Amino acid sequence: MRVAVVVFPGTNCDQDVLHVFGKLLNAEAFPVWHRDTDLKKADLVVLPGGFSYGDYLRTGALAKLSPVMQAVKEFAGRGGRVLGICNGFQILCESGLLPGALLENVGQRFLSRFVHIRTERSVGFFTSGMEPGGVITCPIAHFQGNYYADPATLAELEANGQVVFRYSGADGSVAPEDRSTNVNGSCNAIAGICNKAGNVVGLMPHPERAVESLVGFVGADTGLEPFRRSVAA
Amino acid sequence: MRFQVLVRLKDGVLDVQGKAIETGLKDKKFNAFKNIRVGRVIELDVEGVAPAEARAQVEEVCKLLLANPVIEQYEIKEA
Repeated sequence: MRVAVVVFPGTNCDQDVLHVFGKLLNAEAFPVWHRDTDLKKADLVVLPGGFSYGDYLRTGALAKLSPVMQAVKEFAGRGGRVLGICNGFQILCESGLLPGALLENVGQRFLSRFVHIRTERSVGFFTSGMEPGGVITCPIAHFQGNYYADPATLAELEANGQVVFRYSGADGSVAPEDRSTNVNGSCNAIAGICNKAGNVVGLMPHPERAVESLVGFVGADTGLEPFRRSVAA
Repeated sequence: MRFQVLVRLKDGVLDVQGKAIETGLKDKKFNAFKNIRVGRVIELDVEGVAPAEARAQVEEVCKLLLANPVIEQYEIKEA
């Protein structure tokens, strides 16, 4: 399993992702610079979190024009697996690889805290075979994480079962109007989605920061499971 | 040719900056201000192409990069 981790100027979660795939899951994980167009025979491409191009213009807007993203689009078009986390999700939406957009958080604040996310359906490679209703506890760290899509697009996402994760309580209960769980105000409490084919997945939370029980909070390693699935599936 | 591109959030898309400004003004007793929407102005020169082509190119880059059609609308003005 070869995992390409794309690095843009301003990316800051690349080492976490390389650690998960390379050290914890024994995959062959390597960085790919944003000016490169060679994905080096990757089986999976990850766009990690950070502040690509300083978040200039809009989050993820300039990254979509980079040479590497043209290669990623072709790769995804051929059915290649692409995962975007946080800023990576924003880049996937800006690129049109995933529908919708990420608006500023409803509370007008940068949110750096733990959340619970509920696995919706085992669609897409990232949650392949995972039990629907399972809860992952992991951090979020974003100012633009408020998932938005127009009503028609939202209805389509729901009808196709493209919602991968929703913000929830610790017990998996979902209440979109409840700001204590759906902290950024996302439509339908959406935390992550996939494309129709299931080969492109994006999410705002950072499960790659909740993979080691060493850090010692309840659920500290619950983020590892989807990465494990991505390598196994 | 010089152009000015005005980019705004579409009607109905939440503008948290506008809301924050409204709250700030209310704190200073300016209670009459409502529906504050914050946009972005991008100014650019287009050189070495005919006027119609220049405008077409500005239109193209608005769709490609300057605005996100999912959440924003844009307006092009000749400066």
